[in-house]
Amino acid sequence: MQFNINGKRVDLDVDPRTSLLDLLRDHLRLHGSKKGCNQGACGACTVLADGERILSCLALAVQYQEREIVTVEGLGGKSGLHPLQQAFIDCDGFQCGYCTPGQICSAIGMMHEIGRGVPSHVSQDLAAKEISLSHDELRERMSGNLCRCGAYNGIVEAITETYAGAAK
Amino acid sequence: MNPFSYERARDAADALRIIGAEGAKYLGGGTNLVDLMRETVEKPTKLVDVTALSQSITETPDGGLLIGAAARNTAVAEHLIVRTRYPVLARAILAGASAQIRNMATVGGNLLQRTRCTYFYDDDGSRCNKRQPGQGCDAIEGFNRMHAILGASPACVATHPSDMCVALAALDAIVHLRDRDRERTLPLTEFHQLPGEHPEVETSLRPGELVTAIELRPFRFSRRSVYRKVRDRASYAFALVSVAAAMEIDDGTVKDIRLALGGVAAKPWRAFTAEAALKGKPATEESFRAAADAELAAARPLRHNAFKVELATRVITAVLKELTEAKA
Repeated sequence: MQFNINGKRVDLDVDPRTSLLDLLRDHLRLHGSKKGCNQGACGACTVLADGERILSCLALAVQYQEREIVTVEGLGGKSGLHPLQQAFIDCDGFQCGYCTPGQICSAIGMMHEIGRGVPSHVSQDLAAKEISLSHDELRERMSGNLCRCGAYNGIVEAITETYAGAAK
Repeated sequence: MNPFSYERARDAADALRIIGAEGAKYLGGGTNLVDLMRETVEKPTKLVDVTALSQSITETPDGGLLIGAAARNTAVAEHLIVRTRYPVLARAILAGASAQIRNMATVGGNLLQRTRCTYFYDDDGSRCNKRQPGQGCDAIEGFNRMHAILGASPACVATHPSDMCVALAALDAIVHLRDRDRERTLPLTEFHQLPGEHPEVETSLRPGELVTAIELRPFRFSRRSVYRKVRDRASYAFALVSVAAAMEIDDGTVKDIRLALGGVAAKPWRAFTAEAALKGKPATEESFRAAADAELAAARPLRHNAFKVELATRVITAVLKELTEAKA
């Protein structure tokens, strides 16, 4: 089987039962993506597949062979952290840090969705071309990522600070 | 998780060719099936990946919409025609699951997702007629707050978890099916089955038959449609009760209406009784409440879910009021 993880081609045969999350953590030693609930309820395992946020715990690795997978390890550039990673530090967007890689991948995926004009449950106008990154929009769109420390205020602040002006 | 083999279908014909043996299942986004396999509720011996089948969303010659079964939930909700002509469908999808799950889940898989009844999920410790026919049901006398109030049976009181299907039921959607011998279509309202004595039979699908597409027919007032979902938290929770509605009002009178309920039955519940009660009646709160009462007269609540009867009545009334006021 052939995978594309964080820009690198990986040749590895795994049992069809292997989830994308287990492929990342147990076979490729990429421990950033976390196993919280392992049943699609917490979002700690969120990664990007062709730029879209997905839950790697509910994804069978075999299904993702031709997709470009990006995990938290693949976000930073040569110059260091991704701006959103830095903002999480600056805004106290975490305490224990367990949900953080999922939160960050999820927020990046969310910004792609907002850029495409995907509405949310709280969007007033379904046909609106521009979506505001309001407090309500952000919390609804990030509701698939739980933080049991309750660092939500810092998470919202970090995302807002990083992307203010990106969506109106 | 039990071992299984995996094959990826190139197209529908390919999927129908390789599904073959008993014990094989089609795999879409996997958001429900993979979870159920991990819990050993589902034990397929072979998975046929159908995500490479049609994902296209195209207008039909009569002005409707044909949605390929492999289209992702997000793709449907963000499609401009869905957002403008069938807002109830966009709203229902956006009220379901989380963004990550909507990016993975397919339309076909959404139709075929299974109940989230905790006794159904508990393969080790609970009795369930759906999981193990004839075993008995621990939900009927158990914690059944989330369970059905309409159309249930002494064998099963589970609900269908989908939001999308409630909107599809209200929109008179048509399911396109295909097996090795032929293609056929079925109204969505006839696709899911009530439990009766065989809760393990959930749909009208024949063995190996494949959902290939969902068709939305054009109708005059689909733009005037809403979806309201009541749940235990503001986001990312299954419905206690949900209502999908579209209504046409002419000179203060209900000319035509489509109404469906979620969270109350083993299938998306099209409220035909309420619709019949409302047609030709004044578009007033009194009529709405009376129609809701007529629909809910058949409700048979369990120990912990009697609140759903009044809740459904109120949500129906409020939603129809909202549609009336939006018209003004």
